[in-house]
Amino acid sequence: MHELVTIELSVNGVARSLLIEPRETLAEVLRDRLGLTGTKVSCDAQVCGACTVLVDGLAMSACTYLAVDADGRAVRTVEGLATDGVLAPVQQAFVDKAAFQCGFCTSGMLMAATALLEDNPTPTREEVVRGLEGNICRCTGYVPIVEAVLAASRAGDAAGAARIEQGSENSGGAR
Amino acid sequence: MKRVTTRPTPPAPIGEAVPRRDALAKVTGAAQFTVDLGMPGLAHAKVVRSPYPHARILSIDTAAARAHPGVIAVVTAADLPDVELLYGHSIADHPLIATGKVRFIGEPVVGVVAEDPVTAEEAARLVSVEYEALAYATDAEAALAEGAAILHEKPGEQRPHRGFEEDIRRTHPNVCSQSRQHWGDVESALAGAALVVEGEYRYPRCYAYAMEPYNAVASWDRGELTVWTSGQHPYMVREDLARCFHLPLASVRVIVPYVGGGYGSKSYTKVEPLTAALALRAGRPVRLALSIEESILTTRGDGATIRLRTGFDSDGRILAREATILLDSGAYAENSPLVGRKAANRLGGPYRIPALDVTCSTVYTNTVPGSSFRGFGAPQVTLAGETQLDEAAERLGIDPVELRRRNVLRPGESAWPGVRGIDADLVADLDLAADELGWAAPLPPGHGRAICLSASDAGSEPVTTSVVRVHADGSITVTCGSTEIGQGSSTVLAQIAAGEMGVPLDHVHLLQSDTSAVSFDRSTGASRTTTLMGLAIQSAARDARSQLVAWARESLATGDDEVVEMPGGVRVGDKVHGWGAVVKAWFGGAMGEAIGRGYLRRAGATEVMPPFWEVGCVGVEASVDEATGEIAVHRLVTVGDVGCAVNPQLVEAQDVGAAIMGLGMALREELVYEDGTLMNGNLFDYRVPRAPDVPEFRSVIAERGDGVGVYGAKGGGEGSLNPVAAAISNALRRGAGIELREVPFTPERVWKAIQERDRARSAAHGGHAVQGEAGT
Repeated sequence: MHELVTIELSVNGVARSLLIEPRETLAEVLRDRLGLTGTKVSCDAQVCGACTVLVDGLAMSACTYLAVDADGRAVRTVEGLATDGVLAPVQQAFVDKAAFQCGFCTSGMLMAATALLEDNPTPTREEVVRGLEGNICRCTGYVPIVEAVLAASRAGDAAGAARIEQGSENSGGAR
Repeated sequence: MKRVTTRPTPPAPIGEAVPRRDALAKVTGAAQFTVDLGMPGLAHAKVVRSPYPHARILSIDTAAARAHPGVIAVVTAADLPDVELLYGHSIADHPLIATGKVRFIGEPVVGVVAEDPVTAEEAARLVSVEYEALAYATDAEAALAEGAAILHEKPGEQRPHRGFEEDIRRTHPNVCSQSRQHWGDVESALAGAALVVEGEYRYPRCYAYAMEPYNAVASWDRGELTVWTSGQHPYMVREDLARCFHLPLASVRVIVPYVGGGYGSKSYTKVEPLTAALALRAGRPVRLALSIEESILTTRGDGATIRLRTGFDSDGRILAREATILLDSGAYAENSPLVGRKAANRLGGPYRIPALDVTCSTVYTNTVPGSSFRGFGAPQVTLAGETQLDEAAERLGIDPVELRRRNVLRPGESAWPGVRGIDADLVADLDLAADELGWAAPLPPGHGRAICLSASDAGSEPVTTSVVRVHADGSITVTCGSTEIGQGSSTVLAQIAAGEMGVPLDHVHLLQSDTSAVSFDRSTGASRTTTLMGLAIQSAARDARSQLVAWARESLATGDDEVVEMPGGVRVGDKVHGWGAVVKAWFGGAMGEAIGRGYLRRAGATEVMPPFWEVGCVGVEASVDEATGEIAVHRLVTVGDVGCAVNPQLVEAQDVGAAIMGLGMALREELVYEDGTLMNGNLFDYRVPRAPDVPEFRSVIAERGDGVGVYGAKGGGEGSLNPVAAAISNALRRGAGIELREVPFTPERVWKAIQERDRARSAAHGGHAVQGEAGT
């Protein structure tokens, strides 16, 4: 029998106390213990970005992130993006731009885009391209994904232009 | 996206960029892929793989693995006397688990089933296999050399699902198949040519990298088998499983949930027979989920060496082509015989060629089995054919677009006798590409432009069915055996059904790819789904409508009431009834259902093969860093000549996705073998395109209603990949004066080509080194 340890973490805003093996990755805990299968594992080696989740707001590869290291931290996954059934702007932009095909990279892509936009709400195209460099998509050729992230950003959203004006005082993260 | 349309307007929502129907599931993480499935009692398998490229298995010791706590079963070929171990839809030469010997590094030798994946992996390490190493060949030339090791001592059984009619020819013990395409008198045509261009071209073995690795779940219940798999062709998998396990087709159920990438690499059978065999011995449902490293060891694209001669007259008209193609097809046939057949068919391209002789051999080598990969022979041969057209254009002093205009088949003209005439206007496509690329605009120094074409006899065989069920509330279930692999079939096919039934899109529910719940479709590949399944759904919808109109006459009309069909229902006298009301009236209550059937076979409009041609038309502007050999692609243009874009957003998505995949193959992707070993069988070393690698992209969609499908539709999705490498090679011929004949165009190969160019120029200029002349 393997040794078990307890971790306490928040997953999509819900406090969780889990008894796990120390070897378990965050991806395994999310998928196998919590049933949050939206997080996908592809390369299993931190190359492809499919398993990207946010840990305390930072984009991480859940396939190589030990779950014990998430003890005391806040984890966000694709299942936590929508609020009360309403898609987040970046999700809606992925729908509008058809920024996915098979969908296997999509969860990781959305989480990487979320981290990017939270850090930099008005990225340039170049910043979006660089920000998504760690995430492979084999279907789309990236063009609609970049378009979607730009559309979801406040810079790419005509209606959001006003919000940029309004929010400029308290948007410390904006560059 | 630019849309050029000369076809009539189809009924809405056909032709509209409606949102994808899988969108909500895929952006919320709710979409279930095979790898996400769970079930009570599910056990987990790991595979012990061959460390040798070619070896005899002397003994297998599984005692320690069997004794490991948590292990349920350890399975070798000897444990499966009741199973037909050899599978393969083309040639049954592929043991589902190694039998007597291994033929490539990575071949499954032992399967271990345990309560959890970690235990299975621990136990797999306890298996000990003793081998006697044999001589091996890891490329086609070596496999055909004198005294080469023989992979298959006797030929495998030929199977009827190979996709072409003639028998498979085995001209050498290591030749898996040989195909010939031949017409006219090539020798005399070449003898009379003003110019003969000759060359050898190489295309690498590539890995498709579908991001969901190969995986399946198998479950037995009272002698019947259910398999969930990440596969493109559920019915083809069913066929192999029924044969392996001696079951009637009806006792095998293959279900395909959402598929995480296919690109041909998930066509036909992969891990399903082994998973089912392990479940049989374990007496439990079993999951076999491969890693990406194991997936790389499962299937790849066929590498090619092409020797080609093309003869031209002084006006640049093609007189003849002669080619010998060797495909490196790996250890087992898989779908390579069809890839070889297609390579031979596609070498001519979309051109009028009076005489042609192509022989294509697929060759067994001690490497990962080659099989289908997007483009299917076309990317390989298009590199050779299109490079020679630009070489001829240069040597004859003719603009390469003009040279193509002189040679392309005109609409309706057949490439060879008996084959369907080309259903595309390639002169118009060339003009569209030239406009978007800015063909005549001035270029920066060192930049070059090129436009290349391809033509694929696409669509596979028209053996396709569908059922349209009209329910009492007017909602509709469409069942079909076509798989949603990301291409958008679940959206496009629903659009066709909605358009044909005259109902809003949200009335249509599509059920796909469950062999016990939906009717037969041959396969999801060869760009065939929109065209062929679209026709089957149209036919099923029309069958349902004709029944419903008759029912309305019988149950709703009285006296002289005229019954007139209209979108979504009928008008009887002056009253309008939706389809649901007709169903209820005919059954005489509040329930019932109308069932429309659609059958598509080789008859009528789809009698002549191929069902349609998929043409590719790609333009690039590129340059090269003379110091490093790094290629920069500045603009990439695709013309999607699809007849009728049922959903233009999805057509564009196919074109950009295919073109960027083609770009990755042209510039970087190659599975490298040394000393019998795959050197880059992981995603660190096998590099696929990432977001910063994407050039400026421009998409044109041409809709002229010239396809055999609904409202003139025909397939897309491969065409924009096929010419990419050739277009880059040709752009650099014009921009940098270099010759690139071996894909991928790595910096090292490009740098060598630059040195060769400089040596040649230096010799031409009397020994003085010439630098900085590129593009002048």
